[in-house]
Amino acid sequence: MAVDTNIPILIVDDYKTMLRIIRNLLKQLGFNNVDEASDGSAALQKLRQREYGLIISDWNMEPMTGLQLLKEVRKDAHLAKTPFIMITAESKTENVIAAKEAGVSNYIVKPFNAATLKAKLQSVIGAF
Amino acid sequence: MSQTSQMAPAVAEVDDARARRLRTSLDMLKDLRELVQFIQRAKAEIAAIRPDEIKDRHLTIASDELDAIVSATEDATNEIMEAAEAIEGIAAGIGGDQADAISESVTRIYQACSFQDITGQRISKVVGALKHIEAKVESMVTLLGGREAAILRAAKVVEAADEDPEAKLLNGPQLPGKATSQDEIDALFG
Repeated sequence: MAVDTNIPILIVDDYKTMLRIIRNLLKQLGFNNVDEASDGSAALQKLRQREYGLIISDWNMEPMTGLQLLKEVRKDAHLAKTPFIMITAESKTENVIAAKEAGVSNYIVKPFNAATLKAKLQSVIGAF
Repeated sequence: MSQTSQMAPAVAEVDDARARRLRTSLDMLKDLRELVQFIQRAKAEIAAIRPDEIKDRHLTIASDELDAIVSATEDATNEIMEAAEAIEGIAAGIGGDQADAISESVTRIYQACSFQDITGQRISKVVGALKHIEAKVESMVTLLGGREAAILRAAKVVEAADEDPEAKLLNGPQLPGKATSQDEIDALFG
């Protein structure tokens, strides 16, 4: 059964243009129920106010990084099972390992293309 | 044997000891002089770098220009995205294969626009490196102390007076907020 493309998605990035890019690419894939946050702390606040079916987050943000956000999400019993995709320019093996150990669902390296985003989304939330 | 000749070896020993102490003192004095000269040379070399000017002028300019780059690329990217979104909206009204072809090209535009994120992050790294340099330069300025810093400031005044007047006209793009507008320039032509 295909995934409901109306699932609420939270995208987190400190660059407004990147938020806009991801939002537009998600829209092209049929996902229009998208919220934004500019860093990990703001994202955590939103996550505690509303249920999301997916989190897509950058890594390098202040005051809370994407990795710290991921760890907070996985620590919280209500949020722990939320799929989490990291989209980041951090491409070293040690970064990917750290994210995996923290419980990331999948990892996309910037710059990325729409096909990669679609493939990773499908691998995490299912076919659509 | 006379008393004098009995005392001669002891006297010679005392003289030797004094001579050795004197040689040691002279050696230490020589080392100290060399150390002072080394420190003076090092200070002169640091002063020649003009750390005050690097910190107060060049690093500040570099940091401001980098901020302006990030801001300008963000503005340009948003303009491109807006135009691409408008095109996508129009394509939705056309439908069919043409709409699909347009949508594919728009997707490529969105993907390409992510350059702004990458350049922004690279610039942040450069700014971090500049801040590190600034901290080191600050240490050098402190090392120089008050007297040398005063000499530096005096040297800056002399240098400013000697600059080629036309060289002062070469400044490149102005920072936002400081730039003269086209209208203001047109007004100068009457």
